[in-house]
Amino acid sequence: MSQADLSIHGQVSRSQATEIMTAPAFSVPAKKMAMWLFIIADSATFAGCLFAYGFTRNATPNWPTPFHSITNVAVMTLILLTSSLTMLIGVRAAQAGDKPKAFRWVMITAVAGVLFAALHLREWMGMISEGATLFHNPWGTPLFSSLFFSITGLHLLHVTGGVVALIAVGIRYQGGRYKADDLEITGLYWHFVDLVWMFVVPLVYLLNLSH
Amino acid sequence: MTTAEPHKSSGMGKDIAVYVGLLVLAGIQFFIAYQNISVQQMFERMLIVAMIEAGLALLFFMHLADNRGLRWFVLIFTVLVILGMQYGWTDSYRLINGVPWAH
Repeated sequence: MSQADLSIHGQVSRSQATEIMTAPAFSVPAKKMAMWLFIIADSATFAGCLFAYGFTRNATPNWPTPFHSITNVAVMTLILLTSSLTMLIGVRAAQAGDKPKAFRWVMITAVAGVLFAALHLREWMGMISEGATLFHNPWGTPLFSSLFFSITGLHLLHVTGGVVALIAVGIRYQGGRYKADDLEITGLYWHFVDLVWMFVVPLVYLLNLSH
Repeated sequence: MTTAEPHKSSGMGKDIAVYVGLLVLAGIQFFIAYQNISVQQMFERMLIVAMIEAGLALLFFMHLADNRGLRWFVLIFTVLVILGMQYGWTDSYRLINGVPWAH
């Protein structure tokens, strides 16, 4: 045994210290921890955007309420929530070692993401055709359109990124380059995108519903 | 040294139950949107439901329920940041009520 490995006066040895220093935080692998740190940072980004929206809405008299129907946003919510479940099924299949099933469910999740994005773009096109743009709003203050397109656009960007990640990680998992853990980490991101939508829907859509 | 995270195995039954719960909570948000109440009341109720939804998703879909240390780590940082942003509400009320051009 080397001198460095000896415990002196109850202190930990070098090998023990090395083990403590290199042990993963909260028993979470480094890649997963990195995703959690990203999620914490990104939640602050979305919280900032939604707070700016709340601030502006509260400080602006005659805030417009242009939405007449909730059908589109209800379908989008259903799709996104269901895609979280399909992602869970995929991750569980991967953890059980069922590669074809895992790949299939991850691709179903990606398709749901594409469907969500398509519905989102259709809604955007409808609003743009009515004259709403980033700097113009036919129903009143231009701030409404700016905030609406910014917040939903940021979320749509995350969904698009998530779809690309799901397809890329899914294919690499199928090809044996990635493991079940990598699918789980991608799933974390996907659930986060779903979680953010739970706040975007009531604040940006439902509070602006025309009664 | 192990880098693997301990996993608690639970069946799909719990996932489906949480999924149904989230659908119900989302439905409640849509129901609140059609209530004849003030915007402030609507905002408060929807936000409470959204926080319950987020909690369910974090605990069960993102498996924070299985890792106590990580759960507190995420909770403390996220809540502190979000709470820190709330300082601006008073200024938004000042803009709509207190400035000379208000009303």
